[in-house]
Amino acid sequence: MQEKKSYLSEAFLVALLVAFAVVPLLHPSSYQIMLASHILVWGLFAVAFNMLWGVTGMLSFGQALYFGVGAYAVGLMMKHLGQSWFLPGMAAGLVAAIVLAILVGLLIIRVSGVFFTVLTLAFGQLAWQICFRWYHFTGGDDGIQNLIPPGLLGNRFVYYYFTLVVVVVSIWLLLRLSQSPMGVLLRCVRQNPNRVPFLGLSVRYSQLRVYVISSLFSALAGSLAAGVDNSIHTDMLYWTTSGEVILMSVLGGIGQFFGPFIGAGAIIIIQDYVGAKTEYWSLIIGLVMMVMVLLLPRGVVGEAQALKLWLKSVRRSNGG
Amino acid sequence: MDLSFILVQLVSGLTMATLLFLVASGLTLIFGVGNVFNFAHGSFYMLGAYFAFQTVTALQINFWIGLVIASLGAGLLGMCAEFLFLRRIYGRAEEGGFQILLTYSFILVIDDIVKFVWGTEYKSLLRPAGLRGSVELGSITLPSFNVAIIVIGLLVVVVAWLILSRTRPGRIARATALDREMLSAMGVNVPLTMTLVFGIATALGGFAGALAAPLRTVTPGAGIEVIIDSLIVVVIGGMGNFWGAWFGALILGEVMAFAVAIVPEWASVVSYVVMVLTLIFKPEGLFAPRQTRTV
Repeated sequence: MQEKKSYLSEAFLVALLVAFAVVPLLHPSSYQIMLASHILVWGLFAVAFNMLWGVTGMLSFGQALYFGVGAYAVGLMMKHLGQSWFLPGMAAGLVAAIVLAILVGLLIIRVSGVFFTVLTLAFGQLAWQICFRWYHFTGGDDGIQNLIPPGLLGNRFVYYYFTLVVVVVSIWLLLRLSQSPMGVLLRCVRQNPNRVPFLGLSVRYSQLRVYVISSLFSALAGSLAAGVDNSIHTDMLYWTTSGEVILMSVLGGIGQFFGPFIGAGAIIIIQDYVGAKTEYWSLIIGLVMMVMVLLLPRGVVGEAQALKLWLKSVRRSNGG
Repeated sequence: MDLSFILVQLVSGLTMATLLFLVASGLTLIFGVGNVFNFAHGSFYMLGAYFAFQTVTALQINFWIGLVIASLGAGLLGMCAEFLFLRRIYGRAEEGGFQILLTYSFILVIDDIVKFVWGTEYKSLLRPAGLRGSVELGSITLPSFNVAIIVIGLLVVVVAWLILSRTRPGRIARATALDREMLSAMGVNVPLTMTLVFGIATALGGFAGALAAPLRTVTPGAGIEVIIDSLIVVVIGGMGNFWGAWFGALILGEVMAFAVAIVPEWASVVSYVVMVLTLIFKPEGLFAPRQTRTV
């Protein structure tokens, strides 16, 4: 069973790679490529977020902090040092995210449950405040524009395939992690934290490790996003960004590894169709969130699987 | 920095602390009694402010009546939100996370409804007649409305404490926090109690919003700033602790008041510093009972 499942997940990942690889061939307009890049970047962000919540049971309302750190590392390097600093900026963003996640993580894993959630929110908003106020360094509310990756990456197609490869490899790494013994330990932390010390393992240490890993990949998604949009903005650090990635995960289903990715795709496509036509976008996502929490808490993918199981059992009982 | 400057800042901090406490007390009440974390508490504060604007500025009704209407309005909406939505997820596995998400959806919906009804521009409220001047206290001059807020806030603290500790409804509320099953076995309607407590908590939030409206501008999106400030208060004071919330508000209010006067640009960052220091040295809050900390 376990082997079959792992095989299915990897098949899904390959299908994902192929599907996104043919997008530029079918729809070469820059608009479609932009949309597909957004799905990839946010999909990675959502899958990384779900390592925290769906797998380990730590609901963070502050992952925008790391998404923003990744983006701002690229943006600030390019703004202050020059255009060729794109890739070093990405690397700096990852290092910064690791250091920051260890420092913040050490503080906030001391509390659990709701308190953990609100502290992640508070630290996220602190980072947003600093970025917003420090005008002459970060550009404040203006953000940073004209972030065109240097050399070959400046080409739209090349950058798209670069994003695709980075995202697929990252998701594959996270998939391996969630299927590894450490993934089992993380699920144990969610389901029965009191048992973990009986195994001679530490709840806090596991939580810190997954917090750092999730933050690292969130920062990677953020730095990729800087190159997709060619600009960054303080909104990337704002709490609504954290809220949006949570909504994506809930919509897709937090119990499934690829649920958040599918949720990200759905939200971005809905936003593309509806968001432009209405100024009440947050009302819409609020209502979607309400419906998901009240009626479909397992998410679209989770409910579909439950439905499949139910149909199978009905068929079996009918067949005798 | 002379003495009168310090005194003026102290009083200004006390005003801020009173408003912070009024919001945080509602948050801490519903958490302590019902174990519900209302992430949208700040939105009820914002609704209170808008209701006060509607009655006082638009309909020209007396400020104090407007204050009562705003509190009742926020409380009624709070009861509807609990009765229609929140009640459905009690007892679900991993309830805490879903509570946050559901109340987060309230924030988004309330924000947009407020934008739809009142627009996005800033609204302001006149101070109530009779409290537009200032009071002389020895060598210092204080705005009389600020003094009124402090007095009202202290009254609410004392009354709320008396109700919680000395009356039958207060005892039922505290019992709900301890053992709901036993309470319902004794014939108390627990779901109704929960709805009422939620209503009182959101009414407190609306009351604070209406009271603060003449001091601050009323804008959509105010809810999230307020919720973060009151979270910092309860982190400092210890969640679910009535007096802890009061001390937390006092500390944060005073720190903010001096920060605004000394480093105005970075005042909002200073409040986070207080929270981080608390977390480093006493993560369960300065006044929390010991068992709050769980693995």
